Amino acid sequence: MIVVRQKPVDEICAFVTRHRRVLLVGCNTCAAVALAGGEKEVDLMAELLRLATSRKASFVEFSGTVLTRQCEPEFLEQLDSEGYDAILSMACGAGVALLASSVDVPVYPALDTLFIGAAQGLASWEAECSACGQCVLGRTAGICPITRCAKGILNGPCGGVSDGRCELGDRDCAWVLIFQRLEKFGRSKEFLEIAEPQDHSLRTRLVTWDAHEDGIR
Amino acid sequence: MSLREALESGRFAVTSEVGPPKGTDVSQMLDTAEKLRGHVDALNVTDNQAAVMRLCTLAACVHLAQKGHEPVLQVTCRDRNRLGIQSDLLGAASFGITNVLALTGDHVIMGDHPQAKAVFDLESVQLLEVVGALNNGTDMAGNDLSGTPEFFAGAVVTPDAHPIEPQLAKFEKKVRAGANYFQTQAVYDSESFLGFMETARSFDTKVLAGIVVLRSAGMARFMNKNIPGITVPDAIIAELASAQDPVAVGIEIAVRFINDVRDSCDGVHIMAVGAEHLVPRVLDAAGLWEVPS
Repeated sequence: MIVVRQKPVDEICAFVTRHRRVLLVGCNTCAAVALAGGEKEVDLMAELLRLATSRKASFVEFSGTVLTRQCEPEFLEQLDSEGYDAILSMACGAGVALLASSVDVPVYPALDTLFIGAAQGLASWEAECSACGQCVLGRTAGICPITRCAKGILNGPCGGVSDGRCELGDRDCAWVLIFQRLEKFGRSKEFLEIAEPQDHSLRTRLVTWDAHEDGIR
Repeated sequence: MSLREALESGRFAVTSEVGPPKGTDVSQMLDTAEKLRGHVDALNVTDNQAAVMRLCTLAACVHLAQKGHEPVLQVTCRDRNRLGIQSDLLGAASFGITNVLALTGDHVIMGDHPQAKAVFDLESVQLLEVVGALNNGTDMAGNDLSGTPEFFAGAVVTPDAHPIEPQLAKFEKKVRAGANYFQTQAVYDSESFLGFMETARSFDTKVLAGIVVLRSAGMARFMNKNIPGITVPDAIIAELASAQDPVAVGIEIAVRFINDVRDSCDGVHIMAVGAEHLVPRVLDAAGLWEVPS
């Protein structure tokens, strides 16, 4: 999923205090699962903004609604934004962008988009994928070195590893984990294959993707 | 005799390093180099060491070469992409600088510009392959070069890494990617280092043992705690702690280590870490003061 986090209320206030009637729009897929943009969070954010803006003696009205997904036009069609002079989107960057292109009022982001990640426990996620467009997980035992190694190294641990921890001190060394898992499956020899540098032109050109091009119907 | 000639002829080689200044005044760097003139085979020039921004390595190497020193251009992959790295390498070769030490580089988060965008378009193993390609007359994209460099490629290895297995596997990859020689992270336990050398000897490459002279028990403890891949044994820390003159004892420890390993490796790389004046004392005490020409 796309992991998101709410922006500080002050930052959001700076967007909305220029307006009179603001519609908060939640997103009931990733942002809801990330506890940042579901129905509850929309209601809570509206309350917070009412409080915060009233202290600043500005009079902004806030209402809220939630869409199934903001990154798909068919769900955006269900949005009724009549009478609002601004929208606060509580979705990932893709949701904000599509919503902004489909309405005639300013759309502001209430969230920061953090990464493509997986749940580690209750309300906790870890980055697992950098959307590089050329997945290497097949040779790295399912652990992404581009995402989980701070340097994105493709050929094994750097000299900064200490007792299996990254030199940044905030994560396990991805390459120690990869090595251990390859070993567990009797694949340690694969570790010795030199991985060539990534072709970043692929990613540079990946701005659109039409599945029909691949014959998918 | 160049570093390459020394290592290829089988003579025990000695290298040390200098750090470019933060600023444009290279006089202190040149003074340090001057004190080591005639006593080392080559001087490593660090590349924004520890991710702290300094005068560029290539310019520092040119200053040293113009004074008749033999520099080793350290190249990290942190600050430049594949275009920048290749063009700097060609620039170095155009000045006759052919020793290259291929490093991935400390992360920018560790340094004095932690907000910077870290590059890491390549990393050490791939960089060694790039050096090999340039030596064969083409760039990474396969385009022909007009004028071909003759780089002597070095790499680093951490013999005391925990865990050691992936580090040894990466060592093997670096050999296959074309590393002519290695210099190691600082090592103190000679038995453990000799164990590493047994593995290293099964590959066609040279190894310089990394030496950092300890100046106090506190410094040893600090390194154990903060520098990945360095393990100063407790016995050595005790020796420094009870010493009247810890610097003299630190030199003794370094010399003892060199004597223990000199028949098993190909040379030493002495890192001064802020105490360049101690390097000549270590070389003198280890009987390595005179470099045969």
